[in-house]
Amino acid sequence: MAAPIMEPQTAEVEGITAAQRSNARIAWDKFRKHKLAVASTCLLLAIAALCFLAPLIAPYKFDAIDLRNIRRPPSARHVFGTDGLGRDLFTRLLYGGRISVTIGLSAALLGSMLGTLIGSAAGYYGRGVDNLLMRLTDLAYSIPTLPLIIVISAYAGSSIASLVAIIGFLSWMTTARVVRGSILSVKENEYVVAARALGFGDLPIILRHILPNIGNSIIIGTTLGVGNAIILESSLSFLGMGVNPPTPTWGNMLMDSQATMATEPWLTFFPGMAILMTVLCVNFIGDGLQDALDPTL
Amino acid sequence: MARYIVKRIAQMIPLLIGISIVIFGIIQAAPGGPEGTLLDRGMFVDPAAIDAYRAKLGVDKPLYLQYLRWAGAMLGGDMGVSFQTQRPVLDMIAERLPDTVRLMGISFALAFCLAIPLGVFSALRQYSVFDYVSTGLAFVAIAMPVFWFGLMLQYLFSVRLQWLPVAGTATIGVDTLLDKLKHIAMPATVLSLTYVAGWSRYMRSSMLVVLKQDYIRTAHSKGLLKKTVIVAHALKNAGIPVVSVITQDIARIFSGAVITETIFGWPGIGRMFIQAMSARDYPLLMGILMMGSTMVVAFNLLADIIYGWLDPRISFK
Repeated sequence: MAAPIMEPQTAEVEGITAAQRSNARIAWDKFRKHKLAVASTCLLLAIAALCFLAPLIAPYKFDAIDLRNIRRPPSARHVFGTDGLGRDLFTRLLYGGRISVTIGLSAALLGSMLGTLIGSAAGYYGRGVDNLLMRLTDLAYSIPTLPLIIVISAYAGSSIASLVAIIGFLSWMTTARVVRGSILSVKENEYVVAARALGFGDLPIILRHILPNIGNSIIIGTTLGVGNAIILESSLSFLGMGVNPPTPTWGNMLMDSQATMATEPWLTFFPGMAILMTVLCVNFIGDGLQDALDPTL
Repeated sequence: MARYIVKRIAQMIPLLIGISIVIFGIIQAAPGGPEGTLLDRGMFVDPAAIDAYRAKLGVDKPLYLQYLRWAGAMLGGDMGVSFQTQRPVLDMIAERLPDTVRLMGISFALAFCLAIPLGVFSALRQYSVFDYVSTGLAFVAIAMPVFWFGLMLQYLFSVRLQWLPVAGTATIGVDTLLDKLKHIAMPATVLSLTYVAGWSRYMRSSMLVVLKQDYIRTAHSKGLLKKTVIVAHALKNAGIPVVSVITQDIARIFSGAVITETIFGWPGIGRMFIQAMSARDYPLLMGILMMGSTMVVAFNLLADIIYGWLDPRISFK
């Protein structure tokens, strides 16, 4: 972890004096000092670009079967080797990444949005609403997540959309608790009281005066949620309850590879490394954002 | 204190009722209903027999009556009968529980012994090479899919080196401690890895906060040995939130067990859950989910009680 920057920043930065630096600028300067987070951002962007431009970049088609070249270890022609049908593993990793990353991002966003909605309603309205929503949160939090997701995904289908919905709908609890807590401490501030006195409605007050103050913790939470969602998706696919073949995802590629791991270990090694690298990058970025956005550090 | 515990237990009751309604509802929403599985298998063709069977299962009654019957029986310790084996769900869970508890117990013990010293030394030598390496490894461990780590270990130690068996709890016909240890080594390592990573990070940050406190400076200035200050003053206080986190992780052993037990063919609750899932054995699924949720609720209370007991600054009201 990079050292938190404690000294007051009075130096002139590109002609802007310290007093004029915006919050975003301060955060960016702090984020830049977190070398690992910056490197992770670059690597993640590269991974994302490779995956989403797969149709242009990939050396083969993701379902191109080549029966004369099955189970080839990594070589110059197939950098990551080929699988039991002679399909190029590198190509399939790129296509699989599109789906794994999409599911990870969308599920984390959905979870955060739900959490923010529920948390802000509970924190802002208090009393009965708060009680009801927080008991609901306790409830959702108490049922073991992975077994519950397994049961639901078994009959909710295994399309990308339903996986996003299932993971998203079951990962809002932490955000809801954090947002509620922050709103409770922010809503008594004078500027909120003033806004109410000026006749603003609940929604504008929440959106314009309260949420911007707690946006940082939501951003950090969402970032870490992406990594969790990618791992959850791969676990589900690995158990055979994720996206169905032939559409490749990193999880179902790992599931396919399990039986032949003894003879073709590269089929297991590379998809796992892809998940590891991606989630690691996402988590380092989250860590960098935490250092950059949390004023108490 | 006693009043606080009674109050919290009273609050647990509506929560558990809510959980049981959700679990019941989710299982009822399964296509074809719970009895659909048996009908799918073509066990009955005669419509009258189907009706009789539905009546026997009680699924011909309105949903709320079915729920009350299920929940009422559960209060008396009856979780229903498994579709697969026709045996009581509770017996099946009780049969598998020792294996899960054994695996989890060893993993937690291993994780605890590694995580606490790792976290403490990282905090004492903040920004040292040791701190960077252990922090880096913790990040890698958290980012790694558990099942992939398991597969990699299997490849290395079972396929390549052939030191350890791929799966199971013991070699058939062999009953030695060494054999059992060999079987539990990989699953316990895989399971403990996430906990080591999480707990050591937590211990580190908790320790860093405590080391900056005034009473630590006071202890140092009194001329106490560095070791005494760290163990008796810092560690004791820094450990409090960590204990709470550990308790909550223990509560979630059913979640943790699912994947590891499946990979290593470990005959515990987690693997039984996956088997029940593919057989669509709804009474067993409901039983395991209910059991897992109850554990989370109970351990949350336990975590709060331990927290308040260890930290006298927190008062129960």
